[in-house]
Amino acid sequence: MADLIINPFSSGTRLRDMIRSIRACKTAAEERAVVRKECAAIRAAISENDHDYRHRNLAKLMFIHMLGYPTHFGQMECLKAIASAGFPEKRIGYLGLMLLLDERQEVLMLVTNSLKQDLNHSNQYIVGIALCALGNICSAEMARDLAPEVERLLQSRDPNIRKKAALCSVRIIKKVPDLAENFMSPAAVLLKEKHHGALISGVQLCTELCKVSEEALDYLRKKCTEGVVKVLKDVVNSPYQPEYDIAGITDPFLHIRLLRLLRVLGQGDADASDYMNDILAQVATKTETNKNAGNAILYECVETIMSIEDNSGLRVLAINILGRFLSNRDNNIRYVALNMLMRAIAVDAQAVQRHRATILECVKDTDASIRKRALELVYLLVNDSNVKSLTKELIDYLEVSDQDFKGDLSAKICSIVEKFSLEKIWYIDQMLKVLSEAGNFVKDDVWHALIVVISNASDLHGYTVRSLYRAFQTSGEQESLVRVTVWCIGEYGEMLVNNMGMLNKEEPITVTESDAVDVLETAMRRHTSDITTRAMTLIALLKLSSRFPSCSQRVNDIIVEHKGNFVLELQQRSIEFNKIIERHQNIRSTLLESMPVLDETTYNGRKAGSLATTVQASTGSSISLPNGDVKPTAVPLVDLLDLSSDDTPAPSSSGVDPLQDLLGVDLTSTPSVSGLEGSSKAPVDSLLDLLSIGTPSVQNDSSKLDILSASNRSTQSANSLDMLSSLSSSLATPVSAPASSAPMMDLLDGLSPIVPKTDTVTFTPPGLSETNGSVYPSITAFKSSSLKMEFSFSKQPGNPQTTLIHATFSNMSSNNYTNFIFQAAVPKFVQLHLDPASSNSLPANGKGSITQNFKVTNTQQGQKNLAMRVRIAYKVNNQDMLEQGQINNFPPGL
Amino acid sequence: MIHFVLLISRQGKVRLTKWYSPYSQKERTKVIRELSGVILTRGPKLCNFVEWRGQKVVYKRYASLYFCMCIDQEDNELEVLEIIHHFVEILDRYFGSVCELDLIFNFHKAYYILDELLIAGELQESSKKTVARLIAAQDSLVETAKEEASSISNIIAQATK
Repeated sequence: MADLIINPFSSGTRLRDMIRSIRACKTAAEERAVVRKECAAIRAAISENDHDYRHRNLAKLMFIHMLGYPTHFGQMECLKAIASAGFPEKRIGYLGLMLLLDERQEVLMLVTNSLKQDLNHSNQYIVGIALCALGNICSAEMARDLAPEVERLLQSRDPNIRKKAALCSVRIIKKVPDLAENFMSPAAVLLKEKHHGALISGVQLCTELCKVSEEALDYLRKKCTEGVVKVLKDVVNSPYQPEYDIAGITDPFLHIRLLRLLRVLGQGDADASDYMNDILAQVATKTETNKNAGNAILYECVETIMSIEDNSGLRVLAINILGRFLSNRDNNIRYVALNMLMRAIAVDAQAVQRHRATILECVKDTDASIRKRALELVYLLVNDSNVKSLTKELIDYLEVSDQDFKGDLSAKICSIVEKFSLEKIWYIDQMLKVLSEAGNFVKDDVWHALIVVISNASDLHGYTVRSLYRAFQTSGEQESLVRVTVWCIGEYGEMLVNNMGMLNKEEPITVTESDAVDVLETAMRRHTSDITTRAMTLIALLKLSSRFPSCSQRVNDIIVEHKGNFVLELQQRSIEFNKIIERHQNIRSTLLESMPVLDETTYNGRKAGSLATTVQASTGSSISLPNGDVKPTAVPLVDLLDLSSDDTPAPSSSGVDPLQDLLGVDLTSTPSVSGLEGSSKAPVDSLLDLLSIGTPSVQNDSSKLDILSASNRSTQSANSLDMLSSLSSSLATPVSAPASSAPMMDLLDGLSPIVPKTDTVTFTPPGLSETNGSVYPSITAFKSSSLKMEFSFSKQPGNPQTTLIHATFSNMSSNNYTNFIFQAAVPKFVQLHLDPASSNSLPANGKGSITQNFKVTNTQQGQKNLAMRVRIAYKVNNQDMLEQGQINNFPPGL
Repeated sequence: MIHFVLLISRQGKVRLTKWYSPYSQKERTKVIRELSGVILTRGPKLCNFVEWRGQKVVYKRYASLYFCMCIDQEDNELEVLEIIHHFVEILDRYFGSVCELDLIFNFHKAYYILDELLIAGELQESSKKTVARLIAAQDSLVETAKEEASSISNIIAQATK
């Protein structure tokens, strides 16, 4: 430690002693104490303005800083050291500046002046350290202030100054790209350097210039391409030079940087690319590959070949090099090969496909970095022809892969399976395998999507529920598998028991009703099940209670157990479901109908993020709303579509509690209330309230009980639960609620179709005349500068309330639309069913159209006219667009 | 470009840090903690690259020290391994068979050497000899200044006796 003079009279310790005593500390507390003592001494020295030990104190501070202690009080000392005259002080001062400060600190501005002086210093080493500091920490302001000095130093006589100035310029033009043009011509001169350091730095400066400035790129491409190629030729063919030799190659660093500059120059310029072909071929074929240095050059060369303008011969050469890399035993080489192949796919997918088997092996590597690369590559390699075999390989591997890799792997598999789903059965099979292996790792939207697909594959319901039943027996610990199983047993439990819809390849299994309930009971009792799983299980149990009457009592027992659950949601549902099973046999079966088919297009649209995210909000609310507190709120569905309920008929405002969401009950037409005695009105109503059975489409005037007011009264007057227990006896009159579907919308996180159901039974009001066969004129329902929507109408014979609307959309703008989604909302007296649209992309200038059919049923036909709100979402150049409007010009009488 | 250079001991102690991209003190501590967690736990036969926050960290272990450099996605990992080795060879030549203790007690020397090798996160010199020569010249400049200083103080001491 010669440069830190020992002064026996000094009170402070030497740097070496301080380091030693810090290292001798056995605990963190001891270390802190030593550091605190040292810092105090340094502060004292600073306040005394001690010159003699500034040097040593700064060195100590840097060490303390490295240990992670605060050292801001030393920042000014650095500046003072830099401002002093001697080289030793300046050297440590600049080191401290680079170490203790970063470019965002205001203090840094104070050093600009010292830097300027040092850049003009007569001592080359002082200029050198000033350039180094400037290159490492300069901010944009400093770059502007000091650029002229650096520019001048690019022409210094000393090559070591030139090289430092060149790299300093790299930083300056990164910070202030406007300055690039000042550096263009000095940079070009540097390419003629003989000194390797200056040449390397010059090459880097040119590369950076090309990146930040189009003008510089043109200039250098014209002026220097030939020169760079020649320099590369010289260095490739140079004889042995011990000073620069690494593993038999002269200066691989220079090789690599020259290749990188050629890449920038050749990209997008056929002439320049053509000019460098020969030398690239020479590098690619002649480079020694048994050492890392050679491989590094080859790697860079391959990248340059892939990036410059097309030369098929060279590209074959490059891909072959990558193939060799891929079979190399060195992990590093394999890693870079995978990395490079990902980029090569865009150029020559076929050539990369040839290495598929090897790449697939890399997915199973023990090295996480390689696995990750390989998996991404495999993902890019999947196409229609190899999807089955690749998926099989990946799923097989999923069984044995590391726990921490399962998340990534299963996400990729799901993504592949979704993207290439050939047929539904294959999709379902693959997804079940993934869920059985890695059900704890998949994201929610994966199993949501699976449920939508299952729901749509009506011929596979039986098969699916049986497969799930089998999978559950072996992989019951996988959360999302449990959820899907539970949902399917709830919906299709009877198919499980009676082997309905048997496929040829399937082996029959014997499952009794109580076996099915066993599954649900297991799911309910699993201690790892979270609230979503349990809530889904409760609903499935409730559904089974009506499907398997023999098990009803057992189901009830299971449900009753959860009446005391700590989770409010589960407790509340248990109590409600218990009541339904015990006291409302008559409505139970209709209440617990199967879900209607979930609408795939809506789900996909929503998944694509084109729908408002209010779904999330409604999920949240369904969890925490207290029982019986029925507020007159609009139906969440309507909320979603932003439909005001001004023009809705009275009953609808009775409100649909979020409970409805959970129960999935939405009776869209009233029970045949006409048969009810006046005395039972209120009880019925409060029951409806409790179950939150919305009755939005009362149409029978004669039976137009004042349900709304009744309901309000009942909720105001009493807790509905009490009411329920007291009223149940009086509910002797059969309430034959017409069948209605039960969308479990919120539980499934908004999977349910956004449109109200159409399979509800609608009553034809007796007073209305039939309007079969009438012809209605077509209308232009919506028109904006960019979009036109036309409706034509027809009626179904025998169903005067229902109108079939054929909508035609045309694009009036000059841009193509993609992800086109049409949504409509109607007042509550109207029911709407949307069929899928003919396409989701709409060509520009009216050169094509999307058509979509939908069905509206006006339950107050003759009294109220149709009205509709529409929302049309699409993407133009990847930007989301949204158009909305209201349609009031329907032909009267619809 | 190289965003930062880290030297971490096998026990997770930091021996040298150099930041070429702006990171606040807080971020620096976080980066070091995160990376030492990842790198120190990797097995010996695995590749020397770790993907991290959209960048790549190239590391190599020499005895008890891990040399790490963080680079951009499109940079050449294999070359960075060579740069690390280049740095180690220069240190080795300077200290004469370098060990961790040399870098602890003479940490500032290690920084001076690194500053002759890299500026602004780019390589400035491919010749080990040139780096050694420049460092030696600057060291002797410091020596001379010191001798002068001590001779002056001697003279003053003599004069004031």
